[in-house]
Amino acid sequence: MVDKNQQVIDKTLEQEYKYGFTTDVDQTKFEPGLDEEVIAKLSKIKNEPEWLLEWRLKAFKNWKKMSEPTWAKIDYEPIDYQALSYYAAPKQKKNDSLDDVDPEILETYNKLGISLDEQKRLEGVAVDAVFDSVSIATTFKDELAKHGVIFCSFSEAVQDHPELIKKYLGSVIPATDNYFAALNSAVFSDGSFVYIPKGVRCPMELSTYFRINATNTGQFERTLIIADEGSYVSYLEGCTAPMRDENQLHAACVELVAHKDATIKYSTIQNWFSGDKDGKGGIYNFVTKRGNCLGDNSKISWTQVETGSAITWKYPSVIMQGDNSVGEFYSVAVTKNKQQADTGTKMIHIGKNTKSTIITKGISAGEGQNTYRGGVKILKNAENAQNFSQCDSILIGDKCGAHTFPYIDVKNPSAKMEHEATTSSIGEDQLFYCNQRGIKLDDAVSMIVNGFCKEVFEELPMEFAVEAKQLIEVTLENSVG
Amino acid sequence: MIKIKNLEASIDDKTILKGIDMEIPAGEVHVIMGRNGSGKSTLANVIAGNEAYEVDSGSIAMNDTDITEMSIENRALEGIFLCFQYPVAIPGVGMAYFLRSALNAHRKHQGKDEMDALEFLNNAKAILSELGLDDSFLKRSINDGFSGGEKKKSEILQLLTINPKLAVLDETDSGLDVDALRTVAKGVNKFKNENNSVLIITHYQRLLNYIKPDVVHLMIDGKIVESGDMSLVEKVEKDGYSWLEK
Ligand SMILES: Nc1ncnc2c1ncn2[C@@H]1O[C@H](COP(=O)(O)OP(=O)(O)O)[C@@H](O)[C@H]1O
Ligand SMILES: [Mg+2]
Repeated sequence: MVDKNQQVIDKTLEQEYKYGFTTDVDQTKFEPGLDEEVIAKLSKIKNEPEWLLEWRLKAFKNWKKMSEPTWAKIDYEPIDYQALSYYAAPKQKKNDSLDDVDPEILETYNKLGISLDEQKRLEGVAVDAVFDSVSIATTFKDELAKHGVIFCSFSEAVQDHPELIKKYLGSVIPATDNYFAALNSAVFSDGSFVYIPKGVRCPMELSTYFRINATNTGQFERTLIIADEGSYVSYLEGCTAPMRDENQLHAACVELVAHKDATIKYSTIQNWFSGDKDGKGGIYNFVTKRGNCLGDNSKISWTQVETGSAITWKYPSVIMQGDNSVGEFYSVAVTKNKQQADTGTKMIHIGKNTKSTIITKGISAGEGQNTYRGGVKILKNAENAQNFSQCDSILIGDKCGAHTFPYIDVKNPSAKMEHEATTSSIGEDQLFYCNQRGIKLDDAVSMIVNGFCKEVFEELPMEFAVEAKQLIEVTLENSVG
Repeated sequence: MIKIKNLEASIDDKTILKGIDMEIPAGEVHVIMGRNGSGKSTLANVIAGNEAYEVDSGSIAMNDTDITEMSIENRALEGIFLCFQYPVAIPGVGMAYFLRSALNAHRKHQGKDEMDALEFLNNAKAILSELGLDDSFLKRSINDGFSGGEKKKSEILQLLTINPKLAVLDETDSGLDVDALRTVAKGVNKFKNENNSVLIITHYQRLLNYIKPDVVHLMIDGKIVESGDMSLVEKVEKDGYSWLEK
């Protein structure tokens, strides 16, 4: 890479994180530490039924016997789980009227570009706002209720729809699934719950906006989405956090269940604070996301744009249990400075004629390390299963890295598998070509990277595709010229 | 228009251009011919400011402004346009988006308003039809999966859209069938007027049957050893280059 280009790119990568402010809010926060008592206290605050407390405690017991996974290509200081606080919530409790929400918090969401005022919202998008450990407000609930759609915080769902929670919680990600999922099962505080009834096409996009604010607090949210027979829902989550010198832990679980003929489209724009350019601070993002295509002809599609976090460890997966079911994973992961991402998917084919598609775009800049790790498993009875995987990586500069680990396990010989992978450097010749046409270097970089990500951005809902594009632009460029 | 004085340039410490002097006044078409490896593409790249090459001495001036040290994009904005010998693909970047970004960068530099999407589209469509290309061409990713002919036509489309002061055509005629060659020539003739200049790098006379050059230069080993009129082209076609080496 020509030195001057490298310098301009380095400079643009030093861009400040624009969501890094903190909110000064009166809060209730647990003392650091984790034991049965803390879990019981959490469960009590939430007024949970007995069975849920037991479920949590069982998960905790298991977690204590487990150890942190070490197979991922990430390197980080050990996490002291006893030094974290497991609950932080603004003092004012949630109310149906926005008038009761702390104005500081409303202002926080305004600054993030998320208006919780229904009048001012983007048409056709309902929002659940989660601030640290609790949900602050959910918009358009009444409108959605007219269609029988339930969209509320997880805590509310425990109170109002315990039968659904009891039936589905842990049905896709068992409490013992992995270290971080077990921890989440023990201490999850809030998150979103969605139920789409039979035959209903959800009339608007649903979204949850996660904000970590408090210091030394882990955020452990839990999201559960159930699409009943023949229904459709498109859901989006966004995430930001203040810039802090310490690392913050975020260990979420997302479970999706698609019944017969149902479709769930789940999109993520993850922009947690990534740490500064020397690698100080940033979110440790250990997330378990899994969907079950339970019924025939069902479909689950994950799209993620991951630009933030110091560490990203996440593998949104699909179990294709129903015949003719479809699993998809579209991913853009950007690592710059000292960020590390180990991300990918697992596609498990159980039913006949099941079909999965994996398209990933890894972008590494600065000293970022970007790993794609994906598994495709075709079980014995999965006649005529098909998988197509395409994993592309692009390197910007010569201090970063891209790694690809595909795992394939085929137990049925009728399977059709296709895998393609490419790694390339952002071309000096591509930059020259753009510059020669009068296009500035930073514009050229974002143009080339956006082009590289196009197939994934096309999977995002319209409004968010624009946001994702801009996010890539501010992440990789701006400020020069 | 462009004045090149005693230009020496190297790549990876290997000297390629060994003292080039050349002046192309406004309204003229010049041609450079020379063997493979004689340094023609190097000259085109150095004129465009490609930073892979080092200018060791000499200067390049556009309309009396010294541009020897100017950045690639600023030279482009000053009016230099290179039709690439091997245009690079940029997957996922739509032709329309790219072309409009390039055009508006130029317009901004000239103190004009950005061209809106509709006007841009109408302009582009008119040029496309002259080049015998379908409107859907604008929806394709730039140079991605283009045939040889499409790549060259795409360069001419860009030339006509941006409308620079100096067009440098690096073997734009190579590898084209007769029809495509005629189309490309038509595009260049449409571009050229008394206020701009064209520098054509070629191996063959066939393009020059359509575009009449004012001056022909012959390059050997990084130097221009002979300049003259169209008769030089005929001599090269007949006798090659060895008569120039003594
Ligand atoms: N990147 C490079 N590294 C080293 N030598 C190069 C490079 N590019 C071109 N050259 C050399 O420079 C000389 C001139 O090349 P070029 O300008 O492409 O010639 P032409 O266009 O006249 O065929 C050749 O000897 C070629 O091998
Ligand atoms: Mg050449």
